[in-house]
Parts: sequence; C-alpha cells; structure tokens
Amino acid sequence: MTAAYHWLFVPLTLGLAMAMAIMETLYVVKKDEFWKKAAKFWIKLFAINFAVGIATGIILEFEFGTNWSNYSWFVGDMFGAPLAIEGILAFFMEATFFAVMFFGWEKVSPKFHLASTWLTGIGATISAYWILVANGWMQNPVGTTFNPDTVRSEMASAAAFWQVISNPVAVSKFCHSVTSGWVTGGIFVVGVSAWYLLKNRHIEFAKRSMLIGVIVGLVGSGAVMLSGDSSGVHAAEFQPMKLAAAEGLKDGGKRASFTIIPGVKIPGMLSVLATHKLDGFVPGINDILNGYTDDEGNVIPSVADKMAMGREALDALATYRERKDSDPAAAAAALEVLRANERYMGYGHLEKPEDIVPPVGVVFWAFRLMIGFGMLIALVLLLCAIGLWKDKLGSWKWLLWAGIICIPLAYITGQCGWIVAEVGRQPWTIQGILPVNVAISSLSAAAVKTTFFVFLAVFALFLVIEIRILLGAIRKGPDFVEPEKR
Amino acid sequence: MAGKKGIFSFFVDLYGDGFRNMTWGKPLVWLIVLKLVILFAILRVFFFKPVMRGMTEGEKSEFVGERLTRKQPTDTINF
Repeated sequence: MTAAYHWLFVPLTLGLAMAMAIMETLYVVKKDEFWKKAAKFWIKLFAINFAVGIATGIILEFEFGTNWSNYSWFVGDMFGAPLAIEGILAFFMEATFFAVMFFGWEKVSPKFHLASTWLTGIGATISAYWILVANGWMQNPVGTTFNPDTVRSEMASAAAFWQVISNPVAVSKFCHSVTSGWVTGGIFVVGVSAWYLLKNRHIEFAKRSMLIGVIVGLVGSGAVMLSGDSSGVHAAEFQPMKLAAAEGLKDGGKRASFTIIPGVKIPGMLSVLATHKLDGFVPGINDILNGYTDDEGNVIPSVADKMAMGREALDALATYRERKDSDPAAAAAALEVLRANERYMGYGHLEKPEDIVPPVGVVFWAFRLMIGFGMLIALVLLLCAIGLWKDKLGSWKWLLWAGIICIPLAYITGQCGWIVAEVGRQPWTIQGILPVNVAISSLSAAAVKTTFFVFLAVFALFLVIEIRILLGAIRKGPDFVEPEKR
Repeated sequence: MAGKKGIFSFFVDLYGDGFRNMTWGKPLVWLIVLKLVILFAILRVFFFKPVMRGMTEGEKSEFVGERLTRKQPTDTINF
C-alpha cells in the first residue's frame, strides 16, 4: 500500500520531466520565448507534484525495519548497494539540478538551465532504475548466494553485482515503469491542455503543449507495449504462477488462448505472448501445482515435492546452525543438503500447495484494466494527434473531455500494473525463497493496523492538499499573455 | 554562473534568493517541512520502531535464523 501510494507521484515526475525538457529544448534551439514560458508553467506543475511526492518513499524504509525486519536482514547485503546508490543519486542530482531548474532561470545561461532540467528528469529516471533493480531481484533473485552463517542473501563478487543490476526482470520492469510514466505525463499535459481548450483559454499555449504531450504519450505507449511484451515473457519464465493468475488459466497447454474478458478468447495468443511461439506451452495453475514438463523438456516438480525439498533445506539449515561449532562433519553434511535444496527453501514454510496461488480474481481484473485503459489512452492520444493535425480539436469536444478523463485513468492503469506485479507474486516476498509470513516481523495485528491507519490518514491529507494546489495552479494558468495568432 | 567565485557560494545565493523571492512555492516548502517533521519526529519516533534496534550483527543473524527455521513465529511486540 505504501509503495502504491509512492507510485502515485513517480509516473508524473518521470513523464512531465520529459515534456517540460522537450519544451525548454525548443526554447533554447529555436530561441522562442513562448516555449520558455510554456516550460515554466509545466515545471511549476512538476514542482507541486514533486513536493508532495518527495519523501513518500522514506516511509517504506521505516517499514523495512519495523514491519519487515526478517526480510530486511535477509536482503540487507543485496539491497544495500542499489538503495545507497539510489539515495545518493536522488539527493545530489535532485537537490542540485532541481534547484537550478527551479530557482536558476535568471542566474545561469539558458543552456546550463536546459541541462539542469534534463538532468532533473534523468536523475529521477536513474533513481527508478536502482529501485527496480531491488524490486526485480525480489521477482527473480539472481546473482546472490544464501549464507547460512549470516542468514542473508549475499553478493560474493563484482560479477554477482553485475548479474543483479543486469537482471532481465529488472531491466524490463524499468523500461515498462518509466515508459508508463511517459504515458502518464503525456496524457496529463494533453488533459490539462484539453481543459484550457474547452474553457477557450490560452488556446495557442494549449494546442502547442498538447502536441508535446501527444508525442511523449505516444512514444511512451509504444515503448510500454514493447516492454510489456518482454515483461510477459519474463513472467512466463520466472513467475509462471503470476501469469497463470493474470490469465485465470486453470489448465494450461500448447496454443493457449488469451482471455480478453471471460468468454471472449483469442486462440493461441497467450502462447505467442508468453513464449513468442504459436505452440509454446503455458502452464496453468493446476499444472504448476501438480508439476509439468516445459518446452525445453525440463521437468518442473509439483509444489508438494518442492515443499518436501524446502523442508529438507530448512531442517538442514537448522542442523548446520546448531552443529557448526560442536560437530563440523555433521554441519558440512547438513550444508550439502541445504545447497542441494536451497532453491526451494521458501516452499518449506508453506502449509499446503495451494498457498502459492495468489488472489486470482484481483490479478485477473487488474491485468485487464491495465491493458484496457492503456489501449484507450493510446487511442485518445492518437486521436488528439489527428485532431491537432486537422485542426479539428475545437469541434471535437468529446475528445477533449476524453483527454481529461484519461488523466485519472492513467493513474488507475499504473496502480493496476502495480497490483499485477506485486499481488501476482504472492505469497512470495522473494520468489521461491522467502514467503511473506516469514518475511514480516512478529508484530501484533493491532500494531500494524495502527501504523497503517496513521500513515493512511497523514498521507491522504497530503494527497488532498496536493490536488488542491495542483488544481489551483492549473485554474490560474500559464503566466503570460499569448500573441493573438502565431 | 559561479565561475571561480566558488560553487558553494553560488548555491548559497541560488537557494537564498530562490526562497526569498518565492511566491506560489512557499506553501510547498512548508508542506515539505511539515511532512519531514511528521515523518521523522512523529512516525519514526512513536510508530516505526526498528524491531532489531540495538542488536549486534550476530544477534540479528540468530534472531532471523531462528525465525527462518521454525514454522510459526509466536512473539509479538506491542507498542
């Protein structure tokens, strides 16, 4: 919930940064004062979003120590490097370049200011990369070794660090998240501009801003589809249960169908999306529970078998820790058993095989809303491009309203994506290794509820304040009198 | 830009003048300050107490190792 709240602010930061940087580039390249004033207005909205979003991620770090202490210790070695880099980068790049961008219009040269505007956006994007390296590792824990002495997942070498930062899941999550931010930023610019057009205010400013919003949004939409395809292939490879839940696929097979809505299916489409082969095998929930053979002939054990191996690993871990000082030979034998079974260690904590099935209905519908709204936004952006090209936006009022409505839809789409990614991987905190019930601290339910509701109340208040300030700034409009006709 | 005058004094001027001449941004600055106070002086101090605060590295390993190798954690920590 905390991460989902933080994610309310990040997409607009990433997307609006692109739009305003492009506008300022036009100012510097074309030496057109119009673009300077336009960039200033969008930077103002960026600053409001940034001010309220700033530090919402800090609460996650508090929760690591309080609610997720076991997990926090377990991943401390691995998470330390990317999160430290993220913190330093975020602080220095944002504190430096954001200040120049915000305060420096009259103090630095236009080119230096432009560089600061780009670097503010690039800094936020790089920050997102390091966060998603950490998140990607939780979905596909590569590059680390479990150390039974420290009870931590550790990176043993520079090569391991490289494996972690080039984790394919992290890379595709980064591309998908950042480009979905571009869509949010693009449709935000389009929607706000559409509102001015409907109110018959700042017409030229609105049309020219909308063009930039359309470009950012459409480039983002194309990239979201490509990176989404890559995310689907990775889910099939590393988290097949997440894919099966997102599809509500009980029994899989070759030429698996993609469900648009219940009862409407495209034959073979799921196999194409998941494996890039028409006759690729996609396991369903029952296949994963009972075990199956994949396309490469690998036999994937049933969950019951994985649970048995997981329990062997946990027993061996307990034996190793008890005997490592008193009986080195027994400890060495236990360590061998642990190493043979450690990839299924998390399964040893499950009570029954069905525990690995996430809430299918939630993931299934979140997936459909994400794709459906994402496609709708892309369509509205495309129609806006046509409307701008044919100069028909004045008479296409329905499209202007659609542009405005798409702003909240972009946020719902982003939250649905988050639900698919995070609820879809339940019960795992770290895929296959650490389930949620072991990752959490032994807190009373009342303590967790208290912190959650305090957080909810405080941050809901901040959200209301942000929306009020943002709407006030939009209502006031850009700070210049535009020429009659350009 | 700052030139040889010093990057430090450039940023002091930048922030100083920026905050002094701020108009619509002032409520945002107060919002950030208020948020940081709530985060660090209230939530952190009274609600988000690190469970393993004060433990040595070895004790933390023991603590998590014990929880990892037993099925149902039973301890509760009440605030």
